[in-house]
Amino acid sequence: MSELIELTVATPAGSARVWEKGTGAPVVYLAGLGGLPAWPSALDALAKTRRVVAPSLPGFPGGADYERLDDIFDWSLAAVDLVQATGLAGADLIGASVGGALAAEVAALRPDLVRKLVLIAPYGLFDEAAPIADVFAVKTGEQSALLARDPQAYDAYRARPNSASEMDWTLMQVRAEMAAARILWPLGDTRLSKRLFRITQPTLIIWGAEDRVIPPVYAAKFAEAIAGKTTIVTIPQAGHKVEFDAPVAVADAIAKFLKG
Amino acid sequence: MRSLWFHLMPYQDLQDNFKDEHKSVWVSIDRALFDSQRGHELYNEYMDELEFAAAQGFDAICVNEHHANAYGMMPSPNLIAATLARRTSDAAICVMGNSVALYNPPTRVAEEMAMIDCISGGRLIAGFPVGTAMDTCYAYGQNPGLLRPRYYEAIDFITRAWESDQPFAFNGRFNQQRYVNAWPRPMQQPRPPIWIPGSGSIETWDMCAEKDYLYAYLSYFGWQASAGVMKGFWNRMKELGQEPNPFHAGFLQFVGVAETRAEAEKLYAPHADYFYNRSLHLDPAFSSPPGYTTEDSIRARMGSQVAAASGAASGGPQTVSRDYSKTRFFDEGHVIIGSPDEVADKLREVAIQLNVGNILLLLHFGDMPRDLTEYNTSLFAKKVMPQIKGLFEDKWEHKWWPKPIAQAKRQQPAPVAAFTS
Repeated sequence: MSELIELTVATPAGSARVWEKGTGAPVVYLAGLGGLPAWPSALDALAKTRRVVAPSLPGFPGGADYERLDDIFDWSLAAVDLVQATGLAGADLIGASVGGALAAEVAALRPDLVRKLVLIAPYGLFDEAAPIADVFAVKTGEQSALLARDPQAYDAYRARPNSASEMDWTLMQVRAEMAAARILWPLGDTRLSKRLFRITQPTLIIWGAEDRVIPPVYAAKFAEAIAGKTTIVTIPQAGHKVEFDAPVAVADAIAKFLKG
Repeated sequence: MRSLWFHLMPYQDLQDNFKDEHKSVWVSIDRALFDSQRGHELYNEYMDELEFAAAQGFDAICVNEHHANAYGMMPSPNLIAATLARRTSDAAICVMGNSVALYNPPTRVAEEMAMIDCISGGRLIAGFPVGTAMDTCYAYGQNPGLLRPRYYEAIDFITRAWESDQPFAFNGRFNQQRYVNAWPRPMQQPRPPIWIPGSGSIETWDMCAEKDYLYAYLSYFGWQASAGVMKGFWNRMKELGQEPNPFHAGFLQFVGVAETRAEAEKLYAPHADYFYNRSLHLDPAFSSPPGYTTEDSIRARMGSQVAAASGAASGGPQTVSRDYSKTRFFDEGHVIIGSPDEVADKLREVAIQLNVGNILLLLHFGDMPRDLTEYNTSLFAKKVMPQIKGLFEDKWEHKWWPKPIAQAKRQQPAPVAAFTS
């Protein structure tokens, strides 16, 4: 398999890191809460059959400045800009969690940029009868347990490498939290519900059966509202960070869906 | 030296084991704990106490804003201030303050404060806090990363609404209004004095220097907690070429006065304990929404061991959550207690050390009953205030105090007319 490549692309928000690995048809990945502090095993597994391209959203590790992005319109356009900056217009697009909400916006606003869409436990909707948990109101050190079924493994993935200073590593993670909060606060419908009907692409919806952040019942809500053909895959024994709890199962489901 | 009598208006009947049985006094406070009959009694009792303080000769009476909070029953301090404006005649009315980022458009704040200023004959102090994370981000759903820019913009909006001689258009990042015309205009021209309760950020100090606002550090942990912040404030004022006028600054202090220190300890300990061990029982999950503290402040905090140790760079006193059960609130100066002479000596010493000419006094705290509150207030007014009143007054002009109209021109409420057939 090819090596992990790091590139930098220019966007209107500033320059952004792009990680890329694998060969084959390209697929763009927008990461979720916390972004990508390191190359994750789910993308590694997917890179066995695909060219996986992961550009960083503003505020997330490797991303441009997010300070001027005030509302969901600014963020949606920033996501469009980022996908365009990869030069992969018309490729498949995957978005996880908060990145999933923005991937859905990209597919709705610019269908020409997206061939097939994969949403992994996306934010964007809200049901008062099944409220989303508040990941921004947890005690220090308790967030991982809310996010992942295996919090130790997720913490190990996020742990500071020796090459990074404690200050830089901490601020990178804090900034990713701030960016996610900027997009999602106060955790209601981002008004994505008004735009899901614009998504005509075939869409795979992946959810962890034990997602404690966004209850799995949201999968059907997305499927109902999206105009394109949708497929729901529920991964057992996985939480909100389903791609960390079950990297191979998620990569296999995506590879199978994107084939053809 | 100005003495301001400050009421937090705490709900009183939180049970002994509140800390064990409940997760938080704030944001998620159990609604079943609120008894509206007690609410009725407490609001009226507390307003009586504020009016009593005014009658006792305190320079100002002071109210503030909290939301979903069982130690502060004033989501709208302006409502209370309006009643105080009618029932008092001399004391300044310090609204400390309105969390201006919460009001859209901020015209509402400009209007209500101008109403209070008109009703009171120009006695209003207009306080503008950024607001705690619990009040603003959780109880009012404000985006934490946008709270501060909204706050600064709202202050700009409100001051223009007061000072402008013509209706104007406001085209800000968050507020767009084609027609801003806050009517009535405030009695004090061009505007009431503006006081900023801050948490110790340089950004806020610079605003106070640039715009001529008073800076107040309101910590529940007494003068010792305020000392480091006030030192930083005065260093910054010096750098900016501001004179060290003690009236430019204020701090908060719990005080309990009695005939002797031993008696004060006996009288006030249960109520201080109620405050520190029930009223401040806060779920730490609500203490730091991402973006409430700026990246620069976090970097400064991480980079400065000294600042971290003094707590100077924290998000404010209310955002600190810890276990207070071991707190020695008297020994550590959170609450200053003693005989009138002891309290006066201590306050004079502290005011000089901090170089602060406005002291916001919590003479009611926790579940203190009315008779003890009146005792504390009266003793302070009669025996402490005369000893500290003259401090700084001969050397410095208080440029941040309200300028009411002359007594002869002030309206008093007419007696309620008896019904005649």
